[in-house]
Amino acid sequence: MGNRQLDNQADKIISLYDLPVGRSATVSSIQAEGIIRRRMLDLGLVPGTRVEALRISPAGDPKAYRIRGAVIAFRKEEAYQILINL
Amino acid sequence: MSRGSLSADLNELMQEVNRLNPGSSLKLNDSIVCTIYSRAEEITGGIVLRRGKPKFDWDKKLDDVITSRVFGFPSMLLLLAVIFWITVAGANIPSEMMATAFFWGQERLTALLHWLHAPAWVNGFFVEGIYRCLAWVVSVMLPPMAIFFPCFTLLEDMGYLPRIAFNLDNLFKKAGTHGKQSLTMSMGFGCNAAGVIACRIIESPRERLIAMLTNNFVPCNGRFPTLIALAGLLVMGMATSLSASFIVVGVVLTGIMTTLVVSWLLSKTLLKGVPSSFTLELPPYRKPQLGRIITRSIFDRTLFVLRRAVLVAAPAGAVIWLLANVHIGGVSILAHGANWLHPFGQLLGMDGYILMAFLLGLPANEIVIPILLMSYMATGTMIELDSLEALRQLFVAEHGWTWLTAVCMMLFSLLHYPCGTTLWTIFKESGSLKWTALAALIPLGIAVIVCFVLAQSARLLGWV
Repeated sequence: MGNRQLDNQADKIISLYDLPVGRSATVSSIQAEGIIRRRMLDLGLVPGTRVEALRISPAGDPKAYRIRGAVIAFRKEEAYQILINL
Repeated sequence: MSRGSLSADLNELMQEVNRLNPGSSLKLNDSIVCTIYSRAEEITGGIVLRRGKPKFDWDKKLDDVITSRVFGFPSMLLLLAVIFWITVAGANIPSEMMATAFFWGQERLTALLHWLHAPAWVNGFFVEGIYRCLAWVVSVMLPPMAIFFPCFTLLEDMGYLPRIAFNLDNLFKKAGTHGKQSLTMSMGFGCNAAGVIACRIIESPRERLIAMLTNNFVPCNGRFPTLIALAGLLVMGMATSLSASFIVVGVVLTGIMTTLVVSWLLSKTLLKGVPSSFTLELPPYRKPQLGRIITRSIFDRTLFVLRRAVLVAAPAGAVIWLLANVHIGGVSILAHGANWLHPFGQLLGMDGYILMAFLLGLPANEIVIPILLMSYMATGTMIELDSLEALRQLFVAEHGWTWLTAVCMMLFSLLHYPCGTTLWTIFKESGSLKWTALAALIPLGIAVIVCFVLAQSARLLGWV
C-alpha cells in the first residue's frame, strides 16, 4: 500500500472533506497539530493509507470514512486538516 | 541532588529532545507511527486472509436508513417513543405490586410497634416518615429503571448509540459542545444521575461540565409520572391518551431545545471555548449479548442509582414527616411554608403548596405529586389518588387550578433544579461545590423566568 502513494503523486491534492461520498483516495499528509494529530495517526491515518468517504450525517456534518476497515466520523474542521491524493 | 545539577540535567535532556524533535515538529512521532503501521501491514499481509465481501451488507443497509436525511431524525424519535412506551406500560404493574407489598409491610410494622406500646411519634417518624418515603421511591423508581436501562444498554450493545451521536453532532457542535452529549442526554431520560455519570465519556473537561450542567433539562423517569398526570389533566374531556402523549412529546422536545440553547449560552459565557475535535467510531452492528446487558444495566446502572436514591430518600422522609406533623399555632410547618411561598407561587402561575412540594421533592422528583396531595389534603402522610377524576376534583374544584397552573407546573418540573441524587453525583463527578451549586441555580433561574413570563403574559392577555 505504501507504494501506491508514489504512483499517484502527479494527481491533485484535496482535503478529505472534499472527497465525494463513495469515492476513495490515499492520504497525502496530516495538517493537524497536537492531540488531534496524535489521534489521527493512532487511527492509522499515515501517508499512503487508503480512505473511502462513506456517508454524511443527516444534519450535514460530520462525515464518516472507512479507514483500515473501521468506520470513523470526522467533523468538517478535522477532515479539512487531512490532505489526500485523489 | 543539588538544584544546580538538576537544572543541568534538565538542560541536557531538553537538548536531546531538540535534537530528536527539531522545533517540536513531531516528525519523530510521525515516523514512529508510520513504521509501526507499515510493519503491522507487512505482518498482517502475510498471515491474515480476508473473506470476500458478503452479498448483502447489513451494516450498510441499516446505516443507510438510520443516518439518512429522510428517516434519520424520525427514526430516532420513534425509537425513543417506543422505549418510553415500553417503560411506562411495563412498569405499571410491578410498581403497583411493589407498592402493595411495601404497604402491607407498613401495616405489619405499625402493628408491631403498637404491640410494643411504642409512642405514636415513633410510628409516625419511622414508619409513616422514613419507611413510607423509602417504599415510595423504591416502588416508583425501581421498575421503570429496570426496564429503561436494559433497553438503553441493548441499543448500546448493538452499536446503535454512536449513530445517534453521528446524527446529532452538528446541533451540538453549533452549541459549542460535543456530539457525545446527545448520548448522555438520552441516558438522562432514564435517570439524570446516570446521565451525569455517563458524561465521563466526554474527554474535554469543558464539554463534560456543560453536559453535566444541562443533563437535567431532559425529564427523567422520576418526572415522567408527574408530566403524564398533568398532561392527562390538561386534555381531560378530550378523552384520548394520544393527545396526552403529544403533550409529553412536546415537553420532551422543549427540554432538548433548552439543552442546546443553555449549552450554547454556557460555551459563550461561563465555559468559553471552541468545540474540541470529534473522532467517533461507528462500529459494526452486532448481536446483543444478553448476559452482559443484564449485568451492566442492572448492577452498574439500576442498583447504583437506586442505592444513591435510597440514601437520599430516607432522611428526606423523616424531614417531610416532621414538617407535616409539627404544628405551630395549630398549623403544620408545611402549611406555614406554603402560605409564605404563596405570593411567589402566584407570580409563577402556581401556588405555595406546589412550590413547597418542589422544595421538599428535592431528594427525588417522584415524591413531588404525593407531597402535593398530602399538603392539599392535610393528611400528614404521603398519599396517592387512584383516579385522574379524583385528582381533577381536588386540584380544579378545591384548589382553583386552571390550565395555566398545570402548564406552569409541567414547565417548572421540566426545568427546575436536578434531584438531590443527581446533585450529589455532580458533586462527586466534578469535585467542585461551585459547579454543583450552579447545576442547581442555573436551571432554577430558567424555570422561574419561564414560568413568570408565561404566567404574567397569559394573565395580561386575558387567557385565564
